[in-house]
Amino acid sequence: MLLGVSIVVFFMVRAIPGDPAQILLGQQATQEQVQATQDRLGLDEPIFLQYGLFLKDAIRGDLGDSITTGRPVIVELLERFPATLELTGFAMLIAILVGVPVGVISAVKQYSLLDKVTSVIALTGISMPIFWLAMIMIVIFGVNLELLPFPGRLDSETAITAITGLVLVDSLLTLNFAGFWDGLLHLIMPAISLGTIPMAVIMRMTRSSMLEVMGEDYVRTARAKGLVPWRVVFKHALRNAMLPTVTVIGLQTGLLLGGAIITETIFSWPGVGQIAYESVSGRDYAMIQGVVLYGAALFVLINLLVDVLYAVLDPRVRY
Amino acid sequence: MAEAQIQQEAVTAPGVETRSRRQDFLRAFFSNRLAVFGLVVVSVFVLMAVFAPLIAPYDPLAQELTGKFKGPSAAHPFGQDELGRDILSRVIYGARISLTAGLVAVAIATTVGTLVGVVAGYFGRWPDSILMRLMDVLLAFPSILLAIVIVSVLGPSLTNAMLAIGVVFIPQIARVVRSAVISVRERDYIEAERALGAGNAQIIFSGVLPNSMAPLIVQATLTLATAILDVAALSFLGLGARAPTPEWGAMLTDAFRSGYGVFLQGQHAIIFPGIAIALCVLSVNFIGDGLRDALDPRSRR
Repeated sequence: MLLGVSIVVFFMVRAIPGDPAQILLGQQATQEQVQATQDRLGLDEPIFLQYGLFLKDAIRGDLGDSITTGRPVIVELLERFPATLELTGFAMLIAILVGVPVGVISAVKQYSLLDKVTSVIALTGISMPIFWLAMIMIVIFGVNLELLPFPGRLDSETAITAITGLVLVDSLLTLNFAGFWDGLLHLIMPAISLGTIPMAVIMRMTRSSMLEVMGEDYVRTARAKGLVPWRVVFKHALRNAMLPTVTVIGLQTGLLLGGAIITETIFSWPGVGQIAYESVSGRDYAMIQGVVLYGAALFVLINLLVDVLYAVLDPRVRY
Repeated sequence: MAEAQIQQEAVTAPGVETRSRRQDFLRAFFSNRLAVFGLVVVSVFVLMAVFAPLIAPYDPLAQELTGKFKGPSAAHPFGQDELGRDILSRVIYGARISLTAGLVAVAIATTVGTLVGVVAGYFGRWPDSILMRLMDVLLAFPSILLAIVIVSVLGPSLTNAMLAIGVVFIPQIARVVRSAVISVRERDYIEAERALGAGNAQIIFSGVLPNSMAPLIVQATLTLATAILDVAALSFLGLGARAPTPEWGAMLTDAFRSGYGVFLQGQHAIIFPGIAIALCVLSVNFIGDGLRDALDPRSRR
């Protein structure tokens, strides 16, 4: 799977018009300089040989050097990863904590006013361009009400000792509560704008799979036994309804990387999404390859995790 | 024969009303208030797009630098943007670009996706494995990321953005069509066609495709909603429509990149194009949901 992805990524990135050596050196570069740079980067080898070399290095964790900064791509990625992890993790947390309960409630109270309202809200969430939502939040909470700070992860005067690279974790480890609070406030707007779509999708999926499960015989049996309604809902129905929801959560987590590109650009969030955007506009081959491969690898990994979770949730699934 | 007779009897039976499948579908669709709302709003957007030059009060490109970020007024109901252009006129013209872009992307995805899905589902075996592995590889990318890579390969432009979004959605359509085709393939009426000596092409066009249409239509509609969003997102990243094109996503990015001032004085320049996108996409989603409920008898109330 990843091999196929690596082939597609490699050849597509190579097809980007423009000579990277020329871009790197600027318009004034002499022919010799361009030639030398091409040699150094291995750009004039046959393309299949280039791919072979790329694959060999990639397996060892070496994704080449960024053309613009000159630093190894893997280092850049690892450096930016914690910021993205914190943002997407928080976004997903909001999405799950709101999406699942609301989905359950609207399924239990199907066709109630609450159900209708949340259904429309969920559909609105899916229909919302996240860059617009982000800008509207900046307007309302950042500028008009001055409630939430932006951009970036922290105020310029807040200092935090970096240990894991996760602002919230680091500040707690160093008992820097002011830093924790500042980091949390900075996180709210980007996380909400990133988490809205997954939240809506999770809500819809939870609702529809709950509805399906609630009609099953074992739920009727549980009810007939005289179990308290919330026990029926949570123990008998929700557990069985979680399977499709978990799949959707996995898929959406993977898709967050795409959303992170936009969110991070708007909030100047120094994560992987931001370098993804910068590398595309700067034609940084090695960097684009690295980012896309990283994205696809993460996607595959998450799907694997979802499969494992299946087995946990449903004992009938065995591998 | 027997079936025709039964139908005949059903029709003539006194006091029994019968409805054709089409009536059934129309009734189900139009009894869904949200779907009707969506249809109305989308129709308005389409009319806006078609008659933009007649409706728009100003030239969408005409600048008036003294009117920078002037708020909504009688002369400019939606206010003016960072270059003093009339936002209402730009939103109206934007309907042309955003709707066309979404439709073109969906047309690409639907055409190629249907082809792939039919070939994979109908023929099975190795064409199925090869095509579906290929689709899996495409699905392994987060969709915006894939679109970004494609656009940077082809060079940033609105046309390439449509193409990229179209390619990104091929796998979803292909999967839906494939599973519909597989379930139709083994039906008796296909068997009957084959027994009557019909070739593969004829069976596909007269038997398989028409009976696989329902899920395809639903998927295509829902894809249109996402496509409009994604084209706007690409434009926002500077990879789609470029300034000064009045495309909704590009309008937002132009306002955003004009500096911090937009958040202070130019809030209306952010609000209106965004409402246009959200309303349009929401309406298309309403229609898609309505179609799904109406076309799928199991979910009918």
